[in-house]
Amino acid sequence: MRVLTQLPILLTLAGCLGGFADPDREFAEPVLEGTLHPVVIHQPLTLGVADTHRLDVNGTPIGVACDTCHGPTPSLSFAAAEGAPDAFHEAVELRHGDLECDYCHDSEDRTQLHLANGQPLDMGDAMTLCAQCHGVQFRDYDRGSHGGMNGYWDLRQGPRSRNHCVDCHAPHAPAYQPVMPVHPPKDRFLNPEEGH
Amino acid sequence: MDATRRAALKGAGALLGATAFARAIAPLQAWPENLSLDELLQQHYKELSKVDMAEILARIELKTLQEYGVRVNVEDPRPIPDVNFGYALNLSICVGCRRCAKACHEENNHDRATNNSYIRVLEMDKGSLDLERGTVNYDHEVPQSDKFYMPVQCHQCDKPPCVKVCPVEATWKEPDGIVVVDYNWCIGCRYCEAACPYHARRFNWLAPEIPPEDINPDQGYLSNQIRPAGVMEKCHFCLHRTRKGLLPACLEACPTGARVFGNLADPNSEIRWVLENKRVFVLKEDLGTQPRFFYFFDE
Repeated sequence: MRVLTQLPILLTLAGCLGGFADPDREFAEPVLEGTLHPVVIHQPLTLGVADTHRLDVNGTPIGVACDTCHGPTPSLSFAAAEGAPDAFHEAVELRHGDLECDYCHDSEDRTQLHLANGQPLDMGDAMTLCAQCHGVQFRDYDRGSHGGMNGYWDLRQGPRSRNHCVDCHAPHAPAYQPVMPVHPPKDRFLNPEEGH
Repeated sequence: MDATRRAALKGAGALLGATAFARAIAPLQAWPENLSLDELLQQHYKELSKVDMAEILARIELKTLQEYGVRVNVEDPRPIPDVNFGYALNLSICVGCRRCAKACHEENNHDRATNNSYIRVLEMDKGSLDLERGTVNYDHEVPQSDKFYMPVQCHQCDKPPCVKVCPVEATWKEPDGIVVVDYNWCIGCRYCEAACPYHARRFNWLAPEIPPEDINPDQGYLSNQIRPAGVMEKCHFCLHRTRKGLLPACLEACPTGARVFGNLADPNSEIRWVLENKRVFVLKEDLGTQPRFFYFFDE
């Protein structure tokens, strides 16, 4: 009889001794130190597209790639023709301080850029061009607090991709454009007229 | 058979005993439909062995398949050694587009009808920091020139008042700094929601309704598994992503790069550079909650 009364206590003790896993939180396997994965910055290698403000038969806006005429080997001779280019250039919105085309583009070959000191620069290095004037933003970008990123925070585990300046700031009109917000909250207390 | 006083007392005693027994087991009649016996008998998270956890994860995957018709992969990623997560947000470049809130909504399998998200974006007058006058359901182009925008989510406090008030230890702070909720242990008393000074916790009034094709199948036990009705939930820094080295979903969605995430213990990390070089503040510092979520300004 005495054994029976003590059985629950004995069972509880046995459970405490053998049944439970380690109460301390278990960690993941340590990440091995090794070669870091790369940070890849998107590089736009071509000039942009000029909007003609016309629509094709499907209603899609017609754009003309700038390097159609301004590339190193223009496929058409519009660039040299007089009068014709005006229609295209009206569509080019230039709202970037007091800058003009030649400040950044080579006057002969528009696909080639140059720094303020005249040093030629490939299109892929355009970020250096931006950094001449926007050093603070470039520093912040370089340290990860501007411009965003995708992929891995831990480069030991995977790569990261990053935007280029011109992915968010159109080089000819770089001010960030207003947007409509998405995903409004629908908390019940915000919309009491809808009831519970 | 003669009716005796002894027999009458026996009968009365038996009736009383049966009534008491019926009363004692009455709570079982109110057994929630969404609670299986295995869930009821499940141990506390910190007492689960690897075998227990494997069974639980398989059970959740099966339940999701039965209820939502979707095959998901639920894991229990553990903290990475020597990693302490921190998050910072640049108020100078946040435009208030709420894409972070949308990304959270989609990543974390929130209820579609309520637009639930762990992030609220407050619109406030420039020069003020009056949270009570901030609006969250603004519906006009952003950014407005006279306003600024402040996304608020769980601050993963080092002194979390929500953890302190939980009567059943269903929420606690992990070694990497993330405050987590065990949805299968929470009793839904909502004390933690009341205790949080950042309004960061959410309650599941109903089981989330999500179209099967919208369910994110990459799930974590302590993060974005589909929560049952009647439990609390909150931002967990996307631990099913970040404990594998990935960036949180809200950061990837941010179009301006206002968000900075990383390892506070790594002196070369982006987050450390922000804390050391920018004008940084924490929300409601006077409360002593010691957040791991920082706000900062550019020059």
